[in-house]
Amino acid sequence: MPQGSFHGVDATISLADLRQGSCLGGRLAGLRGRSVLIASKEQLPAALALVELDGVARRMVLCPPDLAPEHFASIVATAEIDALVGDAAAPAAAALGIPQSVRILSVPVPPGVLRAASYETEWILLTSGTTGSPKLVLHTLSSLAGALTRPAALGGGSVWSTFYDIRRYGGLQIFLRAVRGGSSLVLSSANEPVRRFLARAAKAGVTHISGTPSHWRRALMSGAAQSISPQVVRLSGEIADQVILDALRVAYPRAKVVHAFASTEAGVAFDVDDGLAGFPATLIGQPGAKVLMKLENDTLRIRSSRIASRYLGGSAEPLVSDDGFVDTGDIVELRDGRYTFVGRRDGAINVGGLKVYPEEIEAVINSHPRVQMSLVRARRSPITGAVVVADVVLAGVEGERPATETLTREILEACRRVLPAHKVPAILRFVPALEVSAAGKLVRPGA
Amino acid sequence: MSMRTTITSQFEQVAREQERQLAPLSDELALLESGLDSLCFAIIVARLEDALGVDPFSAAEEIESPVTFGDFIRLYEDSCS
Repeated sequence: MPQGSFHGVDATISLADLRQGSCLGGRLAGLRGRSVLIASKEQLPAALALVELDGVARRMVLCPPDLAPEHFASIVATAEIDALVGDAAAPAAAALGIPQSVRILSVPVPPGVLRAASYETEWILLTSGTTGSPKLVLHTLSSLAGALTRPAALGGGSVWSTFYDIRRYGGLQIFLRAVRGGSSLVLSSANEPVRRFLARAAKAGVTHISGTPSHWRRALMSGAAQSISPQVVRLSGEIADQVILDALRVAYPRAKVVHAFASTEAGVAFDVDDGLAGFPATLIGQPGAKVLMKLENDTLRIRSSRIASRYLGGSAEPLVSDDGFVDTGDIVELRDGRYTFVGRRDGAINVGGLKVYPEEIEAVINSHPRVQMSLVRARRSPITGAVVVADVVLAGVEGERPATETLTREILEACRRVLPAHKVPAILRFVPALEVSAAGKLVRPGA
Repeated sequence: MSMRTTITSQFEQVAREQERQLAPLSDELALLESGLDSLCFAIIVARLEDALGVDPFSAAEEIESPVTFGDFIRLYEDSCS
């Protein structure tokens, strides 16, 4: 019997109670074979529903809490939803033409239902498309759990946590690790202050904690980073530059700092635990490897058993190329036997015909000791098409040591030392904060 | 600060940052012989837009490309009037 518990922001459910009870009020049988939309405000009800429905539903669509209401209709149509499982905040099933609706109970009630698994349930994750309406990515438990080590190898006493929402790929990986190992999981909550989340994670004795580099920068800024003492600090979802890796090593000297390359479409490709940004060149082109990686047009392509199968929807573009590889859209560059991530291909800024990737410049700006995080974006130029400009958030308490012209000059000089002229920001602005999306990624204009 | 002074100081600052030898600024100086390249001009125009609130190059009307430093100043003076 598993020992662990799911710790939500306002409730805790033990895994043992979940196994012995039903969170669907005994209505699981009626959901057999259905395409179910799981919609709840907090993560805990969704976690309960996922565990109970897997193997029984034909398909489960994991609906993130920040989904704009105007997208529901097309998601229901594309995924052929015929049942809604949700909490009080879920949209009304009738209004969306969904024939069946089940309320998720906040506490599992015995007796549990015999859950004969009759389906390899499709897990549908939503990912942001370029046009605004989300893309529906099809996974199964087999592709999702492909990267997980066997539960026995995890060791007892692991407590997992993640800044991510578990309905997104990065968070879902942590959720699956916890469930498979029967370990505890501390769930985050959308509007909860970072300090409070870290306090809850600390109280549960978190050992493994995961987030994006932006999540971690905010954690370090919160002043509460030291409330936890994890054994493993994990990063994924955005390029992990050397600055954030070093900062985490300093903040958590007894922890292993690991960064993973993973995306909703490509799955988990690899972990890097040598403390360096990027990844060793030896990872590319290894025949027979579990995860095949290759470069095409400087972009990383991945093929493995962990990739998603396809996008849902008739007009959907192919997720996988003819030779079975997923195009990650990430540009990498080889230097001294190591590949570093340069940026997102579709994020390139064109300055007088020269391509510039914001992430590369941000890494240089972030290396200044007074800088916490930065955002480089294009500013239209009638002369060169675009120039790059930077918004910078300073470390430390706001107002404590205000920005000065000297600081601006220092930062720009640091850029000039390592970057060619067209990559140095034309204008630098200090801002109190930068927008981080619900998925934990720095929000880029036009993205 | 007059328009001329603002523009002059931007030319000088950008030349310094980009480590360019700026030719002595006079109304007759051809911009192509100033020592600045198109990236320098792009930076100058962006900073002037923040300082003055105008970017005459992006204005809707067709403008005549300035040839000399004097033309450049006149372009900004006309936009702000």
